[in-house]
Amino acid sequence: MSSTFEQIANIIAETCDIPRDTIKPESHAIDDLGIDSLDFLDIAFAIDKAFGIKMPLEKWTQEVNDGKATTEQYFVLKNLADRIDELVAAKNAGTGTGS
Amino acid sequence: MQLDTFQLIDRIVDLNLDAKTITVEAQVPATHSIFQGHFPGFPIMPGVLLTEAMAQSSGWLLLGLLKFERMPFLAIVKEAKMRGFVSPGQLLTIDAKLEHEGSGFAVTKAKGRVGKDLKCSAEITFGLTPFPDPALRVHMDAMANKIGFPLEGMTHG
Repeated sequence: MSSTFEQIANIIAETCDIPRDTIKPESHAIDDLGIDSLDFLDIAFAIDKAFGIKMPLEKWTQEVNDGKATTEQYFVLKNLADRIDELVAAKNAGTGTGS
Repeated sequence: MQLDTFQLIDRIVDLNLDAKTITVEAQVPATHSIFQGHFPGFPIMPGVLLTEAMAQSSGWLLLGLLKFERMPFLAIVKEAKMRGFVSPGQLLTIDAKLEHEGSGFAVTKAKGRVGKDLKCSAEITFGLTPFPDPALRVHMDAMANKIGFPLEGMTHG
């Protein structure tokens, strides 16, 4: 089974037509890959479906806007993969994913 | 269908919040200036308007699911397929269902039929935002009443 990062990278490559080999764990989805908010909606849909979760994008955005988090925490892909793993673990534990 | 004001849905036939589906009717006008150009001698509904009709149908479904607390705005249209001609005077029936509700967005699938014939289909993504202006909320309430939206049971904020 491929890693969470591999699955995310493949989704981004397919959704945004970005060469797969340019997508690294250290890549920032916005700053490095140039993914805009509309494309990120498409990516979020694909990730939600692939992992059976609901990524709390609004909560994350609010945290960034409020200065409580950095975009790197959510949009550097290795970090995004960690967040997704946490959401999957929470779902499997029956604790929900927040909103 | 009020083409001049882009109000394409005439009547909500069924809204099932448990199944997350909606069925609406849209009566294509028998005459309209659009058909003079689209096309002379062969008037048909433009595909962009069929797509808009599917989007508006999905929008009413989402308004119901969101209890009118947020407004769905069209963001992405995928796999829009115009499968057959829709002519002036025909009654279009559109079914839409929620495919996915994400954080701040939702995805629907919609199909338009004339009689039993499938005429169009699409997967549509909406951004969900608080109403940007109170006047829009008032307008949507008025439209909901006009097209028979089952408002009873909805929690209005």
